[in-house]
Amino acid sequence: MNGIPVLTVLTVLPVVGAALALLAGRHARAVALATTLASVALALYVWLQLPANGAMGLVERAAWAPSLGIEYHLGVDGLGGLMLVLSAIVTLMSVDAAHRVHRQPGLYFGLVLLLEAGLFGSFTALNFFHWFLFWELSLIPAFFLIKLWGGAKRGPAATQFFVYTMAGSVALLLAFLAVFLSTGSMDFPHLTLLASTGELEQMVTAHLGPVTLWLAVGVLAGFAVKVPIAPFHTWLPAAYAEAPSPVTMLLTGAMSKMGVYGLLRIALPLFGPQIAQMRTPLLVLAVVTVVMGAWAAAAQKDLKRVFAYSSVNHLGYCLLGIFALAVPAVSAGAQASQAAALNGVILQMFNHGITAAALFWFIAMIQERSGGERNIDHFGGLRKPAPVLAGLMGIALFSSLGLPGLNGFVGEFLIFRGVFSLVWVAATVSVLGLLVTAAVILTVIQKVFTGPVPEQWAAFPDLHGGERLAMAPVIGLMLLVGLLPQLIVDSVNPTVVNLLAHWRF
Amino acid sequence: MQESISFTPQLAASPVAELLWLIPAVPVVAAGVAALLKQSRRKASATLAIGAMSFSLLVSLAAFAHVVGLWLNGQAAREVVNFTWLQFGSTNVDLGWVLDPLSAAMLVMVSFVGLLIFIYSVGYMAHDENFTRFFCFLSLFAGAMLGVVIANSLLLLFMCWELVGLTSYLLIGFWYQKPSAAAAAKKAFLTTRVGDVFFLLGIVWLFAQTGTLLFYNHGTGSMEPGALAVLLTQPACFGLTAAGAIGLLIFGGAAGKSGQLPLHVWLPDAMEGPTPVSALIHAATMVAAGVYLIARVYPLMQAGSLTGGSTASLTVVTWVGASTAIFAALIAVAQNDIKRILAYSTVSQLGYMMAGLGMGGVAVGMFHLITHAFFKALLFMGAGSVIHGCHEEQDIRKMGGLKADMPLTFVTYTIGMLALCGFPLLFSGFWSKDGILEAAQHWGVAKGPFYMLVFGALLTAFYMTRQVSYVFFGYWRGRKSAHESPSVMTLPLVILAFFAMALGLIGTPVWPWFRAFLEGRAANFDLQAFGEPGLLPLMGISTVVVFLGLGLGWTIYGAKSPAPEDPDPLERSVPVVWGWLRDRLYVDELYGVTVIAFYGWWARVADWLDRRVWGGVVAAVAGAFGLWARVNRFLDTNVVDGSFDKGCEELAAGGGLLARVQSGRVQTYLRILALAIVALAAILIWSSRA
Repeated sequence: MNGIPVLTVLTVLPVVGAALALLAGRHARAVALATTLASVALALYVWLQLPANGAMGLVERAAWAPSLGIEYHLGVDGLGGLMLVLSAIVTLMSVDAAHRVHRQPGLYFGLVLLLEAGLFGSFTALNFFHWFLFWELSLIPAFFLIKLWGGAKRGPAATQFFVYTMAGSVALLLAFLAVFLSTGSMDFPHLTLLASTGELEQMVTAHLGPVTLWLAVGVLAGFAVKVPIAPFHTWLPAAYAEAPSPVTMLLTGAMSKMGVYGLLRIALPLFGPQIAQMRTPLLVLAVVTVVMGAWAAAAQKDLKRVFAYSSVNHLGYCLLGIFALAVPAVSAGAQASQAAALNGVILQMFNHGITAAALFWFIAMIQERSGGERNIDHFGGLRKPAPVLAGLMGIALFSSLGLPGLNGFVGEFLIFRGVFSLVWVAATVSVLGLLVTAAVILTVIQKVFTGPVPEQWAAFPDLHGGERLAMAPVIGLMLLVGLLPQLIVDSVNPTVVNLLAHWRF
Repeated sequence: MQESISFTPQLAASPVAELLWLIPAVPVVAAGVAALLKQSRRKASATLAIGAMSFSLLVSLAAFAHVVGLWLNGQAAREVVNFTWLQFGSTNVDLGWVLDPLSAAMLVMVSFVGLLIFIYSVGYMAHDENFTRFFCFLSLFAGAMLGVVIANSLLLLFMCWELVGLTSYLLIGFWYQKPSAAAAAKKAFLTTRVGDVFFLLGIVWLFAQTGTLLFYNHGTGSMEPGALAVLLTQPACFGLTAAGAIGLLIFGGAAGKSGQLPLHVWLPDAMEGPTPVSALIHAATMVAAGVYLIARVYPLMQAGSLTGGSTASLTVVTWVGASTAIFAALIAVAQNDIKRILAYSTVSQLGYMMAGLGMGGVAVGMFHLITHAFFKALLFMGAGSVIHGCHEEQDIRKMGGLKADMPLTFVTYTIGMLALCGFPLLFSGFWSKDGILEAAQHWGVAKGPFYMLVFGALLTAFYMTRQVSYVFFGYWRGRKSAHESPSVMTLPLVILAFFAMALGLIGTPVWPWFRAFLEGRAANFDLQAFGEPGLLPLMGISTVVVFLGLGLGWTIYGAKSPAPEDPDPLERSVPVVWGWLRDRLYVDELYGVTVIAFYGWWARVADWLDRRVWGGVVAAVAGAFGLWARVNRFLDTNVVDGSFDKGCEELAAGGGLLARVQSGRVQTYLRILALAIVALAAILIWSSRA
């Protein structure tokens, strides 16, 4: 470790901010804004410091409890770095959206910042021990944020969220303990290396018998709940709908990425052959997630539930890409397809995070103005009284729909490029998801923004200056990534190449 | 069958080719600026849009002149400028633009017709409150459409293509407070998207097989022999090669955009948009993008054909095109909305273009595309002038006798109508349609399309005569009297009318300038071309057919002016058939009970599965935990005692979490977590000892 431990500073910063926010009372939001702004700056700095060869950068290592295989080991590559930037931006947006927290603002913003720390910690950890601590720690603030500031049915929603994710975590923990018992290591890079030579499986078999497949199942279960993969997604609509919208932004924008990240950082590197063995059923689940997620969204009336299911659908494309590439690459063509799919998955994580957070930001604005009304059938013609809201949210909606020129398209294109040549059936069925999503989103636009304006919304306030200013950079980012995706891919692609070189299926 | 075009290898791009990107970029930038303008800056918005479009037209003309110059020097050339947009693994995703006769001709048409329609819109939309926004959307559309035209990459083309779809959506739903307009916009976007998902699959397949999405790239592009040879060796399914399958998938996208059967249903509804939009997007340019796309990927569509033969994909294109041509023409006969008649006519003519591409090659289809763009834009703008003059009335039964009130509109409209009908010799539509019929006559696969297209020509002359009789002849049946439109609207009509006639000159058999230009051959004036076997008889047949249609129409409808309430003369003689045609052959209804019903039903299934099945499983598990917790509690309180009791109660509460909802039991959760961490530590310590 030389110089300033940037990643530690990045994780500690929101913790300090949280302490300050707790004490700041009415000014908690200002403290939170300052902290999250600083986090964005620091995350961007980290992003710019990434090594060009896609390997781990800004590594920090310190012995912790060597006899237990526990080591404080941090590092970022293109994948982790992008997730840091995403988490920082989404948290900033969430704090910005939460300008109506009257009850205990100190506690609210303190918890939001703690959640951010949990995200940063889990996206930088390279040792299972503290990775798992952060993974669990991020759950607690999220639970209380739903429980204390949520909607009418917040109780069951929060409990379901917590218990579901906990159950997944237990499976994950047990599986990882088995790995530790067999190898004596909890270090991700080290275990990846062992797995890439096949030693990991031999060690597990030697210690515990032929259970590697079950360990893979356990690890997958943990992530399956978090992402989520159908049918482990039923906690999600309730949690997303009952959480206050700024918290939903965090749940969908950043926390859902922890699951996909875990698949890429832990499941695929350690259990490649086992996942390849289960590839067909997993692909079926991914396709079901894509298609049924979109269709379930079509049946919803509550704006937040619509986009909750739409999130399930969008993350389904990530799963599709991940499971499709889990196959030994026999030819250069197959390798190119794997690289396309993996780049697409990582871009999709980022783009979905930005777009979904933006959508729930707009929903927060609509809810504030409608007195909590969220049923799409009760709106109409809002474009008339609120043209700027309609225009900007329209851009976010079309980004979610996957319109080329906006960010949503690039990831989906690369995923389909990769998946089509790896498993063409899965890609061909999944395009149904693209169609249904388009229908869902256009229906929302039709019902909320067009038609005659009901009398009660005739004076619906438009976005005011400050809100426009807050959203402008996000819309700008959507356009920028949509038009010049290489800005991100420049740092992601070397990592993709690096990861694929170390994975064995 | 067209012989494959042999162009000299691509030249180093000339300055005008290097700057080609400005043609789409300037209108897009203008749109961006206009989007930021206040609604009250009407003049600024219109000036910006028209200025940008004029600029694009000038550069397009320069590019066209440059290409023509090269061609006259005997250097039929294709200039490309490519760049890398994205890189994954070690694969590049390249984009670029291309200047060749095809793109140059299309550029001039789109920017010229576009500019005229922009000018016309100043008059037509003068009283609209969202005037500023209208020109913003129009500019964005023009930019995207010009992007489709210059794209040298299937991906760039697709991106612009989707953007075109977006602007079409925005402009169809421009009067968004009208529920019918909002519904039509959504329908248009979704129907074309059905085609687009096929298109997208075609793109990723092509990309996976050839490693590039560029059309031309000095021998390594996907439309060049090397890549095509690879595609031909790959088998796909149903006996198709990869080339054939990809061609068909791409045609799926083209069929959506160009309103081909069975995806034509959105185009008539798109008439909910303002009339200039119908003229620009849903007649002259965007709907022709599908035809242009097939022309662009023609080497792929044609790959693997034997000399004079056809390929599977071209055969499909032909049959779909011919069926669409006749299907839509039939429906047009029984419509009463002036714009809907033209909309079905557009669908029908797009079918002609597709059939022309399928049987005769790029030049045949493209020539009809260009002539149609002029005369159909003319007809739509004339219809707009009529609607404007009749105080927003669109029902032709409530018009009549307008030839006296709107003389300029009448004359120009009639020219457009005669061009559409293919009136002999004087009008461009005659020559472009005859090109298609000639190709159909010589098509080696089947004779069906020829007869279908000839019958379609008869129907076209008939329904247009019916429309013109209702609108311009007889006596006035509306309420307030009609008036002629302002000159800002009629001047574009006059200019388009001139081209609706004059354009025929560059596509006659004796001087096939346009075809020679597109194919890179010298254009010779040769009177003996009329002597080609079968040509004069064919011209005779098509002349007879046109006169038959005109005559029938005039006999039944000419100057009769039935009252609006009276049934149509045809309705009286064949009421059942008339009912079918009036109700658009029930295609929308069919989709309503199949596709749309399935969509709604499946959405409910997905929701039900979530709530009942998966939710039920979770509830059952929670119930089991709750039961276990209660048993535990019972054992705790009655069997076990002392300090152990307390710990178990904690566990019991943990189990009960799922079942019983308690708010505010924060401590419990924290204790569970603490317990979990202690357990974790204990296991770790125990295991490290072992």
